[in-house]
Amino acid sequence: MSETLLDVRGLEAGYGAGRVLFGIDLQVAAGSVTALLGANGAGKTTTLRALCGLIRRQGRVTLAGQRIEGMATEEIVRLGVAHVPDGRGTFTGLTTEENLRMGACTRRDKAGVREDFERFYEYFPRLKERRQQQAGLLSGGEQQMLAIARALMLRPRLLLMDEPSFGLAPKVVHDIFRIMRRVREEQKVAILLVEQNASLALELADTAYLLETGRIALAGPAASVRSNKAVRAAYLGGTA
Amino acid sequence: MNAFFAQLMAGLATGGIYASLALALVMIYRSTHHLNFAQGEMAMFSTFIASMLITAGWPYWAAFFATVTIAFAMGAGIEAVLVRRLRNAPVLAIVVVFVALLVILHSLAGWLFGYAIRPFPSPFAEAAVAGGLLSPHQLGAIGVTLLMLALMYVFFRYSPLGLQMRATAENPTSSRLVGVRVNRMLALGWGLAGAIGAVAGMMIAPVVFLDVHMMSGVLLYAFAAAVLGGIGSAPGAVIGGFIVGVLENLLGTYVVGAELKLSVALVLIIVVLVAKPSGLFGKAVVARV
Repeated sequence: MSETLLDVRGLEAGYGAGRVLFGIDLQVAAGSVTALLGANGAGKTTTLRALCGLIRRQGRVTLAGQRIEGMATEEIVRLGVAHVPDGRGTFTGLTTEENLRMGACTRRDKAGVREDFERFYEYFPRLKERRQQQAGLLSGGEQQMLAIARALMLRPRLLLMDEPSFGLAPKVVHDIFRIMRRVREEQKVAILLVEQNASLALELADTAYLLETGRIALAGPAASVRSNKAVRAAYLGGTA
Repeated sequence: MNAFFAQLMAGLATGGIYASLALALVMIYRSTHHLNFAQGEMAMFSTFIASMLITAGWPYWAAFFATVTIAFAMGAGIEAVLVRRLRNAPVLAIVVVFVALLVILHSLAGWLFGYAIRPFPSPFAEAAVAGGLLSPHQLGAIGVTLLMLALMYVFFRYSPLGLQMRATAENPTSSRLVGVRVNRMLALGWGLAGAIGAVAGMMIAPVVFLDVHMMSGVLLYAFAAAVLGGIGSAPGAVIGGFIVGVLENLLGTYVVGAELKLSVALVLIIVVLVAKPSGLFGKAVVARV
């Protein structure tokens, strides 16, 4: 049993007067992959935004023993929490390479950054081919790869990923998940993965949580969540 | 013909100053989408500080660099104390605040330094060069302007801090998500704009003389330059500045006369906004989603 990296208790958040999350408890173990599943509007993206301080939140969030629920986004990031955001967050006017350099902008170990450039260009050869191109001109799949590589350039302890499969062709989704498997094996990083594509996410994950209208409806090892009848019927397209 | 070239060169010299101030406007516009109406008064105020230091016996260049530093601190301070609180304010409120800042700095300078017109020294020697077409000050001002523009280019293009500032201007949320301290970048941008404005003020003051009104016309020309270049484009602002400077001098001398010179700037703003709002060099960033 590995130690808990991220511990969330009673997390509440919303936009303006509208509440979206009603007290969420979840844990991410160091080096593991945790999937956060749920339908549209269940509060998956809101959970990630609340965790990294992009929206107002209440509750207790602990990262490796340190309370972070009151901290500003940029300070949470500097503790090693990278984010692959909803919509990818590409710096469209910068080149691919400048986007990656932005990912490493808080790091001081120049040699390590150079190594990581090579490593992630090897993970994503398409990005290497297009390193001098304006990033706004990359295809959707390439921008998704760029968002993942940029987040990894931080050398994070925790990677928050928001729907990496969103809007992409099946072949591209397949490529991205293949690389995420590699990330999981080669990098010492815990991943909290938000996905609508439940079967893909459950293949990768160790643990899974099911979110329904702002509450955790089901939690457990990925295998047991996958075999849960209600989950199969509602999210995996199987028969109950 | 000689007179024509003299006007052309004089246009380039003042154009460089418009270019500097336009660059300061663009820098703030790019990072916060605010038009800083007080940019000219900030420059005027800084130039008065330089004048005070020089009168107190400081050597010119010591006063120059001290003023640039003070102007930087002033710009960053205005961002931290005032502009930061307006981040979610409606556009009209922001416009009112900037106009208020203009009036406040204007009156404050009048109160502190008086409304009398004063001479301001040029650091460049008093001998005509280039066949008498250019005064040493004009040549020096062009040199200082081009050097400053080159420094800005190198800073934004090649330094890590410049990259972070460009990224923050483009996408503040993504910048925070990679750990950029966005507030510091915005204060830095305002500081740089203040410093650039101070240089422009100290370069134009020997030509127009130092008084509290000296930047009101210059600011209009700078707006015309920024709009002509496509507001938001730094190279556009620079080229726009030189074009406006030359147009102002040539049209003022040969077509409309000195009284209507300032109208040239206003007509230019209107024509560009109506006919080609993206300006001459406004780069359309293509985004694929």
